[in-house]
Order: sequence, then structure tokens, then C-alpha cells
Amino acid sequence: MNNLIFLIPIALFLGALGLAAFLWSMKSGQYEDLDGAAWRVLDDGDDKPKTD
Amino acid sequence: MSCCAAGTESAAELEALKSEAPSPEEMWLSSRPLGEGRRQVDLIVPGVHCGACIALLEKELPKVASIDHARVNLSTRRVSVVFDDRDHPETVLTALGEKFNALGYPAHLPGGADESADPVFRDLLKALAVAGFASMNVMLLSVSVWSGAEAATRDLFHWISALIAAPALVYSGRIFFTSAWGALRHGRANMDVPISLGVILAYAISLHETITHGEHAYFDASVTLLFFLLAGRTLDHMMREKARSAVRNLVRLSPRGAMVIKEDGSREYLALDEIEPGMRLAIAPGDRIPVDGRIVSGRSDMDFAVVNGESAPQLVEAGSLTPAGTLNLTGPLVLEATRSARNSFLAEMVSMMEAAESGRAGYRRIADRASAIYAPAVHLLALGTFIGWMVVSGDWRTAMMTAVAVLIITCPCALGLAVPVVQVIAAGRLFENGIMVKDGSAMERMAATDHVIFDKTGTLTQGKPRLINSASVAPDHLAIAARIARTSRHPLSQALATHDQPATDMPDFDIVESPGDGVEAISADGDVYRLGRSAFALDGHNEGFERATDASQVILSKNGQFLDVFLFSDQLRRGAAQAVARLAALGVDAEILSGDREAPVKALSTELGVTDYVAGVRPRGKVERVKALTEAGGKPLMVGDGLNDAPALSAAHVSMAPASAADVGRMAADFVFLHDSLEAVPLAIAVSRKAGSLIRQNFALAVIYNCVAVPAAVLGHATPLIAALAMSSSSILVVLNSLRLRRKTTVESFARPVAGQSGADVVAGAGLEASA
Repeated sequence: MNNLIFLIPIALFLGALGLAAFLWSMKSGQYEDLDGAAWRVLDDGDDKPKTD
Repeated sequence: MSCCAAGTESAAELEALKSEAPSPEEMWLSSRPLGEGRRQVDLIVPGVHCGACIALLEKELPKVASIDHARVNLSTRRVSVVFDDRDHPETVLTALGEKFNALGYPAHLPGGADESADPVFRDLLKALAVAGFASMNVMLLSVSVWSGAEAATRDLFHWISALIAAPALVYSGRIFFTSAWGALRHGRANMDVPISLGVILAYAISLHETITHGEHAYFDASVTLLFFLLAGRTLDHMMREKARSAVRNLVRLSPRGAMVIKEDGSREYLALDEIEPGMRLAIAPGDRIPVDGRIVSGRSDMDFAVVNGESAPQLVEAGSLTPAGTLNLTGPLVLEATRSARNSFLAEMVSMMEAAESGRAGYRRIADRASAIYAPAVHLLALGTFIGWMVVSGDWRTAMMTAVAVLIITCPCALGLAVPVVQVIAAGRLFENGIMVKDGSAMERMAATDHVIFDKTGTLTQGKPRLINSASVAPDHLAIAARIARTSRHPLSQALATHDQPATDMPDFDIVESPGDGVEAISADGDVYRLGRSAFALDGHNEGFERATDASQVILSKNGQFLDVFLFSDQLRRGAAQAVARLAALGVDAEILSGDREAPVKALSTELGVTDYVAGVRPRGKVERVKALTEAGGKPLMVGDGLNDAPALSAAHVSMAPASAADVGRMAADFVFLHDSLEAVPLAIAVSRKAGSLIRQNFALAVIYNCVAVPAAVLGHATPLIAALAMSSSSILVVLNSLRLRRKTTVESFARPVAGQSGADVVAGAGLEASA
């Protein structure tokens, strides 16, 4: 019974964290272009070290 | 040309590739200010297909002066360009349009007016996320209660569940509550009424149980119920939104404004709403007429297909009337606006469409019809259970608990999921074949159709002429004619120009187009070639030269001497004959309603084997024909593309339009097909019918499940554990049954490789033009 006092808040907190993360990612427009995101991850620019 | 494999483009996209960049004035009108002297314009670029396209556009576009940055959205095929509007925005936008063409990604402006992000979808997704979170946590707590928690722990868990469920119920449930309240206020019952009642009552009785240290609580049932139903609703919305955005991305055919010539001779580009009768407008070749007008000066050929359905262009001169939406082909025109945009021909069609809308307003969705029977039955059953237990046991608490259990067990969870899942999968099948469905109700109506009405020009035929005697004309004459024709916009010239071989060696011509007559080309050695009407090409003499009456012709002459005659005729749309045959196999009658003359319509109907046809029909006539069929108890499907078909499209039980259709028609139609082939029509009917039968199967499954579960619930055996198990298993069963539609064996899909093949050729041609 004593374990429950902190285990349940932890479980709820982690769940709420996931929910908040989802709502944030939606608000910041990360689901606007799923096809594009899949391609952008492959693009590594010109692939040359920066010249100073 | 884009980097990606040819053949991935649909016919509509190929059409878009051939279109020209929007004018800087139009881009300016559709751009919106971002503040600090910056503006953003959204353009649709159908050629974007992969990561290399994104990288190229985002790297190259900002190289144009004054352009800040560009962002590609691959899912919607849109590019947002942010530019500095402080110095000469017109030159910036002109340069932008040229840059798009130079890169090989022709762009056009979005078609629809409403471009904002979809707030309803976001709300649904948020509600779904909250319901998912709540149901997961409450379910975890419930599982421990079911596995035998001691009384004190059980009470604690019930309290925590109650605290999690309450905000979730308010936030996620409001979508159902508002809809149910709206229906009740109008004295109707929809699916949301039993859902809302079940969820609220379950929560209330569980809260009462928790306060009085009771054993059973239904918090998990009430939130998982919401979760499942929201999932169904979100899917339904996603399907509609996908189709809508695809339709919005098609090339907009009506202009946003026009170049107005002021009294002092200066010119200004005004938006459509600002054009008043009496203003003088300059119309360049290739422009559409913005408002009804009368020609003041100029001479040209005009394409009136959107008005009368005839494919052959007509000659217009000073004094001719030009309805809004018609296309100016060859010569520049000055016209005087006779009516404002609000009162023009286009607006007249729209108001006729609104008047005809009753065709489908009376239709009620299958789910709503089912729930009209289902909801009262469920409520009566729950009430009966309550009264029965009151009589037998006299304990109102037991009676109430049992009644709520009945409500939860019978809650149309499976039904709420059954219809959208089937329709989303069916819409996906159609989407693969280039057919877009506006909403689920369209699919239900399509399944019931028993009569198809086809428009002729642009629907059964391609609406574009093709050279039919290329075998019998001299090859060198054809080569000369094709080269000369390249400069003209006249549809006959463009048909000739497809026979041009860029590789052949040809003297340079000095080419002058004389609108309404033809094209004159003077070669370097002084020979005068003329291509056009007989009177023009043969210099007046030999005027009675007419070879064919039912085909359009163009004559090529050299120094006034007859060289050759080219004959053209409108070609059948690909798959038209197969479509008619397959419709007959499906038991659907077909008929042709056309605004064109009798002879071509008759020839076409004989060719296709369609016995019923009516020629020379006005837009109102088409609506009346549709109404007559409906009154006779039929469920007509209208397939048409022109502006003149739009009222009939909205009057019909269900309607379908090709992607090349007029804007208004595309918006009015329930289905829009992107590929060229007309086989889309029988395919849409077949898939819709299959979906309809799966929906009925799912209803049957749900009824069987109720027959088993309800007696147990009425007798008071439905503990929260049993309720949760029964609910989830019935939902899973229904979803699995719906997934059977994905199996390719059930519906024959039509050949796509052919479309890809012809597409590749056109793309190569378009690429050459763009780079030339």
C-alpha cells in the first residue's frame, strides 16, 4: 500500500508527460508534413566540413 | 523536370505541368502580409515528389533577389515563399515564376478560397489523445481492481479513476455531447444520443458507487468508449480532409482578377470583386474571361466549352458577348464588363446549383438511419431493465446498476467504428486509383445508384481535337504545318504541333497569327505559308472548299496554292467503351446528355453502344432530366465536367467529375477522378457497393453480439470486467471484418501501367519545352 503512494503519481506523471509531448508536437506543426519529414532526414546538406 | 520516376504523376498533375506560371498580379492578390515588410505566397507545385526536389527548391528559390526563404510541404505539394515586398514586388514575383519554370517545377495558385489549417481535425486529434491517455491509465487501475484488490485499495483506485476520467469526459466527450444536444433539440435522435447518455450515466453511477464504497465502477468503460468512438470519427474526418485538399490543389480555372484599362489609358490589375459594369478589360490570349462582357475591339477564337459543351472554338468579334469563364484562345481582346462578378454567368450557375441542392439534402447516412431505430430500442430496454429489477428486488441501486450495464453493453461502439473504418479503407482503395471521395455519405449514395448520365464533351470525350488523317497527308507538309502551328494556342494548332519533330531541319519562319483566321508564316526565301480556314489560306479564291462536315479542318497553303488539308475530330476518353460495358455488367443504365449538336452526339452514342441520348440540352434541361429521374424513383449518377453541368451535378443523387472540370463542377461533385480513364466510374460504383455490403455485415455482427450480451446484462451478470471485454472484442471483430476490403481480389482495379506510359511521354515533352 505504501509503494502505491509514490508509484501511482509516477505512473500518472509519465503518462501525462507523453500526452503533453504529443500535444506540443502537434502544436509546433510536426504533423503538417509527414512525407516531407521522411525525406528531410536523409538530406545531409553538401556533406563537406565547414571552411573557416 | 522533376528528379523522380515518370509515371507517378496523375493526369491532373500532367495537365498542371503544361499550364503557365500564374501572373505576378495573381500571386500578389493571393499573398498575405507577415509584417515587417514581408509577405508570404503559397504555391502548389505538383512536380515535387521526393527529398531531392525539396532540397533543390529550398536551395534555389532564395537565390532570387528579395526572396527570404521557401519551405516545401511534400504532403500537400505546396511551397510557401516568403519575400520582401518593399521594393518592386512585381519584379520579384515575375522572377519567382520564371525560376519555378527554369527549375522544371511549374507552379500554380491554390484553387479554393479556404486555405487555413483544419481546426476541427486538430480538435479531434487532441480529444483523441486525451481520451487515450485517460483510458490507458484508468484501464491499468481497473485491471488491478479486477485482479482482487482489497477494499481500501479498491476505493483509492476508484477515486483516482474518477479524478482522471472527469476532465477527459468533459474535454473529449463534448464533441458527442454537443452533437447529441443539437439532435435532441430538433426532436431527432442520432448515434450520439445513446453514446452521451451511456457515458454520462455510467460516470454518474460509478461516482455514486465510489462515494458509497461500492464494489463495481464503470470508469474504464466510459472512457474507453469515448476513445474508440473518437478514433472512428477522426478516421472519418481524415478521409474527407485528404480528398478536399487534393481537390483544392487542382489548377484553378477561373481568374482572380483582370487587367482594367482606365479612362486615361493606364492599366491596373483589380481583384474580381472590384470589377464594375462599364469597365474596360484587357484580355490576353490564353486568359479566361473574368466577368460577363461585350467585346469592344479585337478578334479572336474563343473556347465556349464551359458554357455550351461544344469543343469547337468560335470566332468572336467586336460586339460579341462573352460569358464569364470562357477561354480566349488566339487574339488579344478589349471588352466592356456588362455585369459584375456577383451577377455573372458563373454566379448564375452557382445559384442554380444551390436551388438544385435538394437532390441530396434529404439523404440520411446509414449510421443515422440505423441509430434512429437503435437508440429508442436501447433506451426502452434500459428503462425496462430498471423497472423490472425495481419490481423484482425493490432495490433502486441494483436496478440502476443493471440498467447502466445494459446501456454500456449496447452502446454502439462497434457501429461507430464499423462505418468509418470501412469507408476509410474503401476511400484508400479508390485513392490508389486516382479517385477522390468527398465524404462517406457520397460513397453510400454511390452504392445505390442505378442510372448514369454522362456529359459528352470533356467527359466521354477528351474535349481536345486530334489529327485523324496523319497517314494520308504528305509527311513534309505535316512537318511544315506542325512547325508553324507551334506558336498558336488554337486547339487545332496545338493538336498539329504534337506532330512536330524538334530534330528535323526546317527553315526559319517569320510567323504572324491572325486571330480568327489562322497563322501566316513567311520563310527566309520569301515563300508564304498559310495555315487556317480555307478562305484565309487560299486567299479568297476557291472558297467553297469543304471536305468534311462533321470534322474540323485546317488547310495548309503555299503562296495561295493548296498544299494539304488536315482533319480533326474529338477523341474518346480512354476507357470510355470499357466503362460503358462494365456499367452494363453492374446493371446500371447509361445515357448521354450533351449541349453539343445532334450529329456528333449520335455518332458517339452509336460508337459506345449507349442507346439513350439527348443533344442540345441547356443547363436547366440537364437539371430537369435529373429531377425527372429522381421523381421516377431512380438514383441518378451524374458524370460531367463543364460549368453547364454543375447544376445537374449538385441536383443528382451522386455526382462525379474529372479533374479537368470547371472549378465549380469539381467543388459540386462528390467524386473527382484524377486519371484520364473513364473506368473510374464503374470502379467507384463497384468499390462503393462492396463497402456498403461490408457495412451491412458489420451491422449484422453488432446485432449478433448484442443478442448474446444483452440478455446477460439484463439479468445482471455484466460486471465491469465483462463489459470491457465484450466492448473491445466486438470492436476488434468489426475492424478485422472491414479490413477484408483491402484484399485486391474483391475488386478489379483497372490497368495503370498504360496511364504511366503515356504520362511519361507527355512529361518528356513538357520538360523539353520548359528547358527550351
